[in-house]
Order: sequence, then C-alpha cells, then structure tokens
Amino acid sequence: MFAAIRSNDINLPLFLHILGSMLVTGTLLTVVGAMILGWRRAGDNTGLTRLSFKTVLWGLFPAYLLMRLSAQWLESEEGLAEAPNTPVWLIIGYVVADFGALLVLVALVLSAVGLRKLRAGNVGSAQRIGRAVGLISVLLLVAYLIAMWAMSAKPA
Amino acid sequence: MCTCDLVGSQHGRRRLRTPGIVKRRRRLLYAVLVDLYDWLLFLHIFSAFIVVSAVTALWALVLATRPGAPVLPPEDAKRFGRFAVPMVGVGMVGLLIFGIWLAIDVDAYDLWDGWILASLILWLLSGWSGARSGQAFEASGTSRRTEGIRLQTVNTVAILAVLVLMIWKPGA
Repeated sequence: MFAAIRSNDINLPLFLHILGSMLVTGTLLTVVGAMILGWRRAGDNTGLTRLSFKTVLWGLFPAYLLMRLSAQWLESEEGLAEAPNTPVWLIIGYVVADFGALLVLVALVLSAVGLRKLRAGNVGSAQRIGRAVGLISVLLLVAYLIAMWAMSAKPA
Repeated sequence: MCTCDLVGSQHGRRRLRTPGIVKRRRRLLYAVLVDLYDWLLFLHIFSAFIVVSAVTALWALVLATRPGAPVLPPEDAKRFGRFAVPMVGVGMVGLLIFGIWLAIDVDAYDLWDGWILASLILWLLSGWSGARSGQAFEASGTSRRTEGIRLQTVNTVAILAVLVLMIWKPGA
C-alpha cells in the first residue's frame, strides 16, 4: 500500500533518514545503557562514563546530521513544504528534531567537558556530568519514540 | 458567550471551552485512533529500531573493548553485552511477527512476494550470525574476537539489506 503511493525518487533519502534515525536512537541507547549500568554498579564506573561521552561525541552528532539533512532532502523531494496544510506528523517530526537539536548540542558540550575532566582525573565531577548526559539521552529517546510513532502511523 | 460554550468541570469549577479547543481535541483523538494498519506499521518499524539500536550499541561495545586501548574493563563489557543482546532478540521477534501480520493484512502484499521471502531469509541469516557472534564474544580470546566481529558484520549487513528491501520493495 505504502509502496503503491510512494514515488521511487524518495527511496534513497527515505533510506538515509531511517538509517540516521536508527543510528541516533542506537547511540542514545548506548548512553542510557551505560548510565543505567553505571548507577547499578558499586565502585568505579569511569569506563562506562567514558563510553557515554565518546558515544555522544563520535556517534550521536554524525547520526543526527544524517537524520536531519536527509529529512530536509525528503521533504523537498515530496514537495511537502509547498503543501497548503502541513501534516501533523511532519510538525511533530520538526518539533522533536529541532528542539532535540538543542539537547544534542548541550549533550555534546557536556560530553566534551566531561571527557576533559576525566583526563584531568576529576572523576566525581565527570560522573555528575555523565548523569546529566544520561538524563538528556533519556529525554531524547522518549521524544524520538513519539516522533517515530507520528512518522510511521501518520496521524490525522 | 456567542462563540463559546460553558462546560462544567470537577470540583464545581466552570471554565470556558471554545469551539477551536474542541476541534483541536477531536483532532488529537483522531490522531491517537489510527487504524490497525498504521499501528502494525508503527510496531514493525519500532521493532526494527530496537534491533538496529541494539546492534549499534553492540558495535560501540566492540570499539570500547579494542585490545589495544579498551575503554571498558571486561566485567563492565560483559554487563553491557547482557543489556544489549536481549534487545536484539526482542526486536527480531517483533520484526518477524508484525512483518508477517502486515503482509497478511495488506492486500497488495503476499508472504511469497520475492522481496518478502528475501527479507525472511536475511532475517534468518541475521539471527544465526547474531547468535554465533554473541557466543564468540562470550568466549574471550583474540581469535574468537575476530570471529565475533566477522559474524557481527554479517549480522549488520543482513539487517541493512532487509532495510533496503523494505524501502525499495523490488517487484512490489
């Protein structure tokens, strides 16, 4: 059904958009997983905190860029910008992606600072920053879940 | 009061509700009550997201346990693996169940369509290589690690191929 109403021109941007979104949620899941395991672990959890920071710095940002840029490409291929009424699912997607960008940016800065603190041996401070990055990741995961529902079920 | 109706609320308080708000609420209700096909599609895609997210987390684990410069100590690596591996299994089962349900529900598709059969074969390959990869990583040692990475690569390529088939739907 979906294939029947979809032009072949949008397949590549759609593939890149879905892949980017999956990589975004994958990197967020890694951060959240490391945070949960770190909380449950008694003693030193420097390794898990470092894994969170490195995942945000090397994984989350490129994945976000892939997801967001391909979304723009997809929108122009489908001509959604010229549509008289912007669909609800598209609005939800934009709101989540663009407000999410702010949170991604905050997580990036915090991770860079946290990694520097870890290298300087300031473990306590780095772990507090790690918890903040973990909470931001939980928020982003919930928001992306809502966006995923809106994008796939396309309500209204 | 011309364009508004008064609506009683709990605790004896009364507040104004404009037709615009009623319209927006009705729109929201329609939004939640999407039909079965939309829910099946969401659950199918959600399962795919779980699989790819967990596989991404497992690749992060592979990178974090490089013998030259490990980020995670072995104990934490095993705990992280135990967190991510079951998610791959849950996602794979969801992917299969909702995928087959969708193929039955949608008149335009049949289970024996070429792209669906190819996806099922790739799903089997991905499941087999993922399970073998997990076993290889569990049994530590450099030679088994290389085997684990090779099998995880097969697993990832198979999943990406399924994604390609789901989007391009060749022959549909």
